[in-house]
Amino acid sequence: MESWQGARCAVVNESAKKVRKKLLLFILLGWVLLIIGDRVDELRVYQGAQIAMYTIALASIVLLTGYSGQVSLGNGAMMAVGGYAAALTLNNLQTPIWSAFMMAILVAALFGAFLGLAAARLSGPYLAGTTLALAVGLPAIANQFSFLGGEPGLLFDIGFPPERFGEEFTQYKWYFWIATFISLVALFVTSNVLQSRFGRTWRAIRGNALAAELSGIHASQMKVLAFTVSSGLAGLAGAVLAMTISLVAPGAYTLALSFALVTGAVLAGISSLPGVALGGFILVVIPEIADVLAASLGNEDKLNSYLPGLFVSVLLILSVIYTPNGPGENLRKHFHKKSAH
Amino acid sequence: MSGLVVTNLSVAHGAISALRRVDFSVELGQLAAVIGANGAGKTTLLRTLSGLKDANSGSATWKEREILGKRPESLVRRGISHVSEGKSVIPELTIKENLVLGGIWRGDRVDTSRAIEEVVELFPRLGERMEQSANTLSGGERQMLAIGRALVSRPKLLLLDEPSLGLAPLVVEQIFETINQLRHKLGLTVLLVEQNAMSALEIADIGVIINLGEVVATGPANKLINDPALRAAYLGY
Amino acid sequence: MQKALETLLIGLSTGSIYALMSLALVLVWRSTRVINFAQAGQAMFSTYIGFEIASRSQVFWLGLVFAIVAGALLGAGVDYFFMRVLFKHANSGPAAVVAPVIATLGLLGLIRSIVGLTWGGEFRAIEAPASKNGYTFGEITIPFSPLNTLIIVTVAIILIILAILFQSTNLGLALRASAYAPEIAQLAGIRTARIRTIGWAIAGGVGGVAGMLVTSYNFLTPYSLDLLLVFGFIAAVIGGLESMVGAVVGALVLGVGLTIILNYVGTSLVFIGGFTVLLLVLLIKPDGIMARGKVRRG
Repeated sequence: MESWQGARCAVVNESAKKVRKKLLLFILLGWVLLIIGDRVDELRVYQGAQIAMYTIALASIVLLTGYSGQVSLGNGAMMAVGGYAAALTLNNLQTPIWSAFMMAILVAALFGAFLGLAAARLSGPYLAGTTLALAVGLPAIANQFSFLGGEPGLLFDIGFPPERFGEEFTQYKWYFWIATFISLVALFVTSNVLQSRFGRTWRAIRGNALAAELSGIHASQMKVLAFTVSSGLAGLAGAVLAMTISLVAPGAYTLALSFALVTGAVLAGISSLPGVALGGFILVVIPEIADVLAASLGNEDKLNSYLPGLFVSVLLILSVIYTPNGPGENLRKHFHKKSAH
Repeated sequence: MSGLVVTNLSVAHGAISALRRVDFSVELGQLAAVIGANGAGKTTLLRTLSGLKDANSGSATWKEREILGKRPESLVRRGISHVSEGKSVIPELTIKENLVLGGIWRGDRVDTSRAIEEVVELFPRLGERMEQSANTLSGGERQMLAIGRALVSRPKLLLLDEPSLGLAPLVVEQIFETINQLRHKLGLTVLLVEQNAMSALEIADIGVIINLGEVVATGPANKLINDPALRAAYLGY
Repeated sequence: MQKALETLLIGLSTGSIYALMSLALVLVWRSTRVINFAQAGQAMFSTYIGFEIASRSQVFWLGLVFAIVAGALLGAGVDYFFMRVLFKHANSGPAAVVAPVIATLGLLGLIRSIVGLTWGGEFRAIEAPASKNGYTFGEITIPFSPLNTLIIVTVAIILIILAILFQSTNLGLALRASAYAPEIAQLAGIRTARIRTIGWAIAGGVGGVAGMLVTSYNFLTPYSLDLLLVFGFIAAVIGGLESMVGAVVGALVLGVGLTIILNYVGTSLVFIGGFTVLLLVLLIKPDGIMARGKVRRG
């Protein structure tokens, strides 16, 4: 009896230590990013904010698809929900900024819970197709109700950076700071959730839902939970996106966004949370590369519009075929083979 | 020699060995009964011979040409027809369509019609219900349809997987009798996999007893009926 | 009363185009167990080819023929070069479930990019083979036009051809057998891989027709067929994904349903209406309206 309790204590202490270590790591990472942010030019700072936004959105996919095994194309729609919730809160209730972001998480999570309830009994292509329909349909609702601002959308202005940061501290740098901070916090929390029994339960469900049920896991409940948390994350990302462009409009949350998210997640390793940094980076870098290429090829309109998509699609196809579980898995298999001899 | 020659055949399902170093041969025109208890590896044997499963090692030849590792469709073209256990009938199709299916690969409509007529002569019960869906058939009738479909392909080597499974004893008798008549009339070589050892050995020329993936006895069927290895394979002593 | 009739007619016309798309999706689903999201891309590509021919020759039907051929070739190509490679490589780990879905989405994006780079994103129009002006009865003009009639007739003809193909030919029998029970079909000597490719070709050709018909009363852009994909998918799911008849019925039901929402509720809610219909059907009858008790969940 005593040794069992002792073992439990040891495990809890171990994980508490791990969490503390992780916290330190994240804080350190935050400092490094801030210092980098000081050294680079405006464009890079802005892109940094975009990368931070993508990491949050990709984390939502890692949780939903990588861990609980549900393929959803609707995360873009959830981002829209979060963005609109944040804008409406900020504009109509005159609350501080952070509560606008909180509303984004909560409202999106609520929508996600509904979606999850409906989707818990769906799987594979049925789920994918349903969420595809959502991704196409949801943003269009904004056109129907005037309080949602229609096509042109709503303003989402978080205001100027505090004066004590001085004149040199630009708007984009402020966005970068906020986005990075939110991203780090969100990733820290997500990382802990994924490594907790929730994460383990989700993976069990993904692996074999029937076996999980027989082990006492309420698969449906957990699936709904995954949708809820994932949508909350996506909503947060949507609010961050809105912040960086100072706007929420249907055009910011298109089907293309959902595709891009899925692409980024697959490229980064769909069940790897650290991979979201790589994924976000790729999602921002590709349009950049495509722009450069398009410019050198004559800068035609159609090059600009379709070249990024070409790269993204080719990358997605190649990675789905050759590294379906992310490059990490391929490396691991390679080393495994070597050590087996 | 011509006919079916299996040499040193080993087949595994992943890490689990299903057949180990199986050796036997069946001459042209013979009926070989492959006997063994459940899980002995008999179905795996047929699936490997008909191309549905890859072998790990060894060889199998039919008329002196290697048949391992080939696609099932190409083996059908070499005259090998496999009536798989329990599910060789497509219930969503009509009886007629199930039969026609066996003749599509040959592309000879006239001959296929003739072959279907011959099958109906053999199994009149099928002829009465040609346009009905195959899922209205009883177990015995399904078995007839499955064998009929295989016959429409005009095979030279017939692989039968437990035709008696789930059927009433009277029906089993009929089926076995039909198989025996058939193979004499058409000069077929038959590999008959069965749990029903007695009935199978009674119509067989030779028998092959498999226990836990290994051949434990082969020989003329009438001798094997009394072989202690047979009892051991089923009762464990 | 008049509005109800109009709604019904327009709904049938719309639904008949969805029927082609949902048929193509069901065809591929049954033979390969994959929902081919790239179907929209294939249809779009075929339609651009059709558009080129139609605008040069000024004959819509010639363009349609070329669209069918292009669609069939592309469909066969996708199955032969793309799907086989995919199934060979991505068959383990958490991504195995996800891989085919994402791969076809990637293919959709790829085709769209290629089309966009080749033709640009401008709105293209194909001259319709019939008038878009509604029929007039004395003083009343209904929104149902000769073009709508033509669409319904064309789709009906295609459906009849397909029905004959599947029910009365050996090829159709081989296609059905390979979809219902691929192993048994193989043991009967059917070259199931080849048959599957033919199935994809048929689906591709049908998709091409759908694209041409939709474009005859809309504009053509690299994005214009996305909605067709979504509605085609919804229609296929409503119909049960397992039967071609179901695909057609589901499409007609969806077409009429969406038109009702369009005429009686509001335009922007059409899309979310489609989503709602889909959700309701999946919750109430997960195997679709036409399902006969065989439970398949992907």
